[in-house]
Amino acid sequence: MSRLQVVSGKGGTGKTTVAAALALALATEGKRTLLVEVEGRQGIAQLFETEALPYEERKIAVAPGGGEVYALAIDPELALLDYLQMFYKLGSAGRALKKLGAIDFATTIAPGLRDVLLTGKACEAVRRKERSGRFAYDYVVMDAPPTGRITRFLNVNDEVAGLAKIGPIHNQAQAVMRVLKSPETAVHLVTLLEEMPVQETVDGIAELRSARLPVGRIIVNMVRPEVLDETDLELLRTVPRSTVARSLSSAGLGGARRGGHAERLVDPLLTQADEYAERYTLEHEQRAVLAEVGLPLHELPLFAEGMDLAGLYELARELREQGVS
Amino acid sequence: MSRPDPAHHHLSPARLLDVDPLLEDPQTRIVVCCGSGGVGKTTTAAALGLRAAERGRKVVVLTIDPARRLAQSMGIDSLDNTPRRVKGIDETAGGELHAMMLDMKRTFDEIVEAHADRERAAAILGNPFYQSLSAGFAGTQEYMAMEKLGQLRARDEWDLIVVDTPPSRSALDFLDAPKRLGSFLDGRLIRLLTAPAKLGGRAGMKFLNVGMSMMTGTLGKLLGGQLLKDVQTFVSAMDTTFGGFRTRADATYKLLQAPGTAFLVVAAPERDALREAAYFVERLAAEDMPLAGLVLNRVHGSGADGLSAERALAAAENLEEPRIVDQEDGKALLRNSPDAQDSSGSPTPGTPALASAPEGGSPTEHAEDTEPSGDAEHAEDTERSVDRLTAGLLRLHADRMQLLSREQRTRDRFTALHPEVAVTEVAALPGDVHDLAGLRDIGDRLAADARELPDPADRTEAPEASA
Repeated sequence: MSRLQVVSGKGGTGKTTVAAALALALATEGKRTLLVEVEGRQGIAQLFETEALPYEERKIAVAPGGGEVYALAIDPELALLDYLQMFYKLGSAGRALKKLGAIDFATTIAPGLRDVLLTGKACEAVRRKERSGRFAYDYVVMDAPPTGRITRFLNVNDEVAGLAKIGPIHNQAQAVMRVLKSPETAVHLVTLLEEMPVQETVDGIAELRSARLPVGRIIVNMVRPEVLDETDLELLRTVPRSTVARSLSSAGLGGARRGGHAERLVDPLLTQADEYAERYTLEHEQRAVLAEVGLPLHELPLFAEGMDLAGLYELARELREQGVS
Repeated sequence: MSRPDPAHHHLSPARLLDVDPLLEDPQTRIVVCCGSGGVGKTTTAAALGLRAAERGRKVVVLTIDPARRLAQSMGIDSLDNTPRRVKGIDETAGGELHAMMLDMKRTFDEIVEAHADRERAAAILGNPFYQSLSAGFAGTQEYMAMEKLGQLRARDEWDLIVVDTPPSRSALDFLDAPKRLGSFLDGRLIRLLTAPAKLGGRAGMKFLNVGMSMMTGTLGKLLGGQLLKDVQTFVSAMDTTFGGFRTRADATYKLLQAPGTAFLVVAAPERDALREAAYFVERLAAEDMPLAGLVLNRVHGSGADGLSAERALAAAENLEEPRIVDQEDGKALLRNSPDAQDSSGSPTPGTPALASAPEGGSPTEHAEDTEPSGDAEHAEDTERSVDRLTAGLLRLHADRMQLLSREQRTRDRFTALHPEVAVTEVAALPGDVHDLAGLRDIGDRLAADARELPDPADRTEAPEASA
């Protein structure tokens, strides 16, 4: 099992939720995981129903069987100062850089430097060891940028190593790249069973593969329950309205005659069923598209009442049962 | 229960946003669609552009990253950074629709080429630091979208420009990037990198002097000598050619604040999307940007919203119970269908009986709507399948009603926080939109909310949208 698990996905697919559930799933049985947020949205804090996370590793959840989930929201500016401090003992010069706008420049404007810091920090956590020699974290799960940017984000160190041909940045970038391109890393993509996210997933996988980044699994999120199956849908196409009206009536919903309570429900209910049927067909098509990619495919259920902490544990259990952790 | 309502579920308390007057008003020159990722921003921008064009305006839609099939349907799947006229629209009102997809790098290159002499332009374009910067630095996309908007507006060829914003990490990026880039290029760091010597003599900068040698040394150490040199070359080339960078960024910023601009925040009725929308609304207000309203996409409705989720579920359970139970309970009377008798020897629902359903349910037999007759077993099987289907319909309806009330709650939370924001809702479509007919349909839905009741006929047409 790769120790750095990167979770990406199109916006709106719930990648933060999946990343959090994965961190929980990996933490079971006494393991320790670090859940890393890189986009400064505080999505993790919201999911775990805690206050905004500072730039520090903090325990946010306990997993079944005694495991622990730590979380870290990386602030690129602090990460840079941290990094300068650690490697170059830059106390006052760091502050001078800040006054000049150099830190701002480096973390927000310079090509990819921000992404270098984010990936660098995550890789540092992957490699970090305790005095005992044990890894500080068994797993690091990263809630990464969306599919459209993930390859560039992970590959930024290659680019930087190309720009800075020598020097510590070059070395650092190369070290990060070694982790990211090794089996130590797996990049998972979260999608929905809809055309655009699926297309983006397929494109994203092709990009990752051509950049030689290790692709892990496809996780289909928010899968709606199958309320009507093939047999029902077959019948739906031919069933006479009056039969449905009688059936509704027999269920206690009023008269089946024209204008009766049950009869008036038939059209709207059939319209809803037609919409369901259309989506059902689309979803099947999208499943087929995903199956062609040839990666392990997992499905997580939609929580009709919205995601909360209990739902998160539920998803974690689901992931474990599907053998993701 | 009242007569079936149109599929559109209506918002009660908030102000309604009427998009037609906005699109038709000759004073409206720019419409900016912003919002978090995955809420249908691009589709909304395209639908608004199409609607405005078919109402007689000369429109250009600037999209950032459209879905492939949507781009193809508009004829802009080639990335050439030039507005292309969209064919297949109704131009009888005298309007036109043009569309373009933003090519970040090319836009950046064009700026360089336009502002530098040939030799210098070549030096900049060939600089490795520039090549990396123009394709991918944080905020390039945002900046270039703004730059392109400024260019399109300056050409004054269009009555209306509809802009789709990049899928930013946060709302801040879109508004901040131009300023940030401008201030960086005007900033001290640039001057330091371009002419470190000059700084030394200035009063008030003395404290920097101490750090200065350390600084340049550090930068060199950090970046490696070659990169520092690349950065310096780049920056000095940029500095001389992009003297007016900040001025232009400021001008575009002011353009956004001008009365001819309307911001539309796009969201879906989900917690996260609406939270982000609220953030956009606050941010726009803080920046004095004119907000026209909120477009709430993918709102669900039901034609049977008089039937509650609870009742639907109870009825579904009733249908799914083996009928023998009904008889024991004395509820058999509920089944007023003439062939409601059961025999305890029949198979339980959900088992082999179902397999015969398709066979027994041939289209002609059912379409004729005759009472099942003759073979009692067959009739029973058919009825069981219909009951099973009906139970499914009711469960589907219960899900829909729960979704409706959840969406309502989320929306109410938003309107409670921002009662001043006008809202228009777009009913959810079962499939994706990737043709002009689909965009037109979305446009109708966008405009429909302001009317008293949408035409129920719209509903029956809906499934065609994705055909």
